[in-house]
Amino acid sequence: MNVVSTMRYSRRSYMTADRLPAAADLERLYLGMLRIRLFEDAVLRLFLANEVEGTTHLCQGQEAVSVGVCDALDPGDAVAATYRGHGAALALGVDATRLMAELLGRESGTNGGRGGSMNVTDLERGLIGCFGIVGGSIAAATGAALAAQLTRDGSVSVAFFGDGAVNQAYFHECLNFAGVRRLPVLFVCENNLYGEWTPMAAVTAGGDIAGRAAAYDIPAAKVDGNDVLAVRTAAADAVSRARRGDGPTLLECLTYRHKGHSKVDPGAYRPREEVDAWLARDPLPRLAAQLDDDAVERAHDDAEAELQRVLAAATAAAFPALGTPATATKGSA
Amino acid sequence: MREVTYREAVRDALAEELERDERVVLLGEDVSLGGVFNATPDLQARFGPNRVIDTPISELAFTGAAFGAAVRGLRPVVEIMFGDFLGLVVDTLINQSSKYWYLTNEQASVPLVVRSAVGAGARLGACHSQIPTSLFMGEPGLTLVAPATPADAKGLLKSAIRDENPVVVFEHKLLYGRKGEVADGDEALVPLGRASVRRSGVDVTIVAALRAVEIALEAAETLAAEGVAADVIDLRTLRPLDSATIAESVARTRRLVVVEEGPPTGGYAADVIATAVELAGPIAARRVTMPDLPIPFASTLEDAALPSADAVATAVRSLA
Repeated sequence: MNVVSTMRYSRRSYMTADRLPAAADLERLYLGMLRIRLFEDAVLRLFLANEVEGTTHLCQGQEAVSVGVCDALDPGDAVAATYRGHGAALALGVDATRLMAELLGRESGTNGGRGGSMNVTDLERGLIGCFGIVGGSIAAATGAALAAQLTRDGSVSVAFFGDGAVNQAYFHECLNFAGVRRLPVLFVCENNLYGEWTPMAAVTAGGDIAGRAAAYDIPAAKVDGNDVLAVRTAAADAVSRARRGDGPTLLECLTYRHKGHSKVDPGAYRPREEVDAWLARDPLPRLAAQLDDDAVERAHDDAEAELQRVLAAATAAAFPALGTPATATKGSA
Repeated sequence: MREVTYREAVRDALAEELERDERVVLLGEDVSLGGVFNATPDLQARFGPNRVIDTPISELAFTGAAFGAAVRGLRPVVEIMFGDFLGLVVDTLINQSSKYWYLTNEQASVPLVVRSAVGAGARLGACHSQIPTSLFMGEPGLTLVAPATPADAKGLLKSAIRDENPVVVFEHKLLYGRKGEVADGDEALVPLGRASVRRSGVDVTIVAALRAVEIALEAAETLAAEGVAADVIDLRTLRPLDSATIAESVARTRRLVVVEEGPPTGGYAADVIATAVELAGPIAARRVTMPDLPIPFASTLEDAALPSADAVATAVRSLA
């Protein structure tokens, strides 16, 4: 169970651009971000202890994008995320213990230990995949939207991707395809200013990611990606537009990863002043400032207690059994 | 049974499966007008623009989207106009579609079919003539289908559409006009993963696929006049190989020639020989392939580069 005090943090009541969020909404969003922050911090510790093997891409600092967007979705919607996808998974409601177990390569993981950090999938929660190839999520969500349009099931889909992906063919081809077919999809760019180690501006002609949507006749918004309420509001507008058949939206969420790109990267290429400026805009304290102290403390107690349960269960879980028959295709011998 | 062309067999397979299962959708360039090879005429008029979808010239986008749609319950059939363009969709096929069933711990498979016209001999030059099967031979989770006759063009495509996994169907562009007897409906189904013995003999096994099957049969006819009787095996499915049929034949003949319209390295011919050796022990074997060069345009050069019945017969005669 990863559901933290469902009584206290009820599912969203409402939130639209013209209505102020209720205290319960703020508290729920804060807890959502905090769970991701603590989870990622724990992954880093496990990684440094060599318990999480391989590599890992952490999203501390970008929690407001995952939480703000996923909070605007309904059950039945589809999300395609990236190799930096733990935040999206948790925000969608993927069981934190199963997610952690997957990162640890355990049989009880979301993917039975077969996928690892970069391939987390949970179809029951609408997570159609995390994609290790930059831009892969864009086509997957476009396809989910195509299925929604053709079956008229009323669902919308979301592609999360980074600023690096906007220079992939996936981005341009899929925005065009979704634009001409008016597919019910949100293209959510988490612009954290660096594609791996290279500054976005140095490799992105024009430098205006949201501006690229105009060429495809797709509405776009540039959003403060460290303001969960701004993300939530923009996402809700885009979801409404998609659900009523008015096609895709591109959201460029300006944000920043507190850590490096991956395990080999301490992020030393980033100017200290830039890092400090973004740390000062950390999405968690910004929202905490709108909550009363009791609510913040409650969220921390709950999230910390959940994390301890998650770690205890996930680290105790078994590795995949050897000798279990496996096939690469369904229905084959 | 009706006599139809390979092209009509493809169209009929698509029409029957579109009719049978509303989750089946067809995506491709100009498919509403039949496409460059006229394999999909009248389907949009019959099934509507939401089932038969003209796409932008964005192979990565519409094949990638077909993958996502397959995960969400559709059974898309994608047409990639020329096999040479499959390079544009390799990521979708090998990083996403083929691995999904295993990597998701069997949460869902990807019922996606990609059809593509392949093959040389039409003077279309190096980038409109290849049979790029070797790009995909090493990919677990992918099924590769290569029909040589109208009956197989229909039956294998229908089976591919009904299969729960990603299947790439290679259709040889020089075979589209060939005629043959073809059944309707479920009678037409041809199972994936099973080769067909096109001719029986005791002296040598000749294995081929696509248009190379005709070449193998022509060579077998020549050899018969010389008193050499050949088994001719049409693979029909390149991956997974029907190793049982290959092994059974080679165990009798101890001689194997594999004909492949493609370069010598990394193709199915190498896999067939390795499989035969592993399963049947020491044998005499040869490959008849194209040179290790791009496919040339000039008719003299292209014809010389293609596998020929003479080359196959010569290879057979060279075996001890």
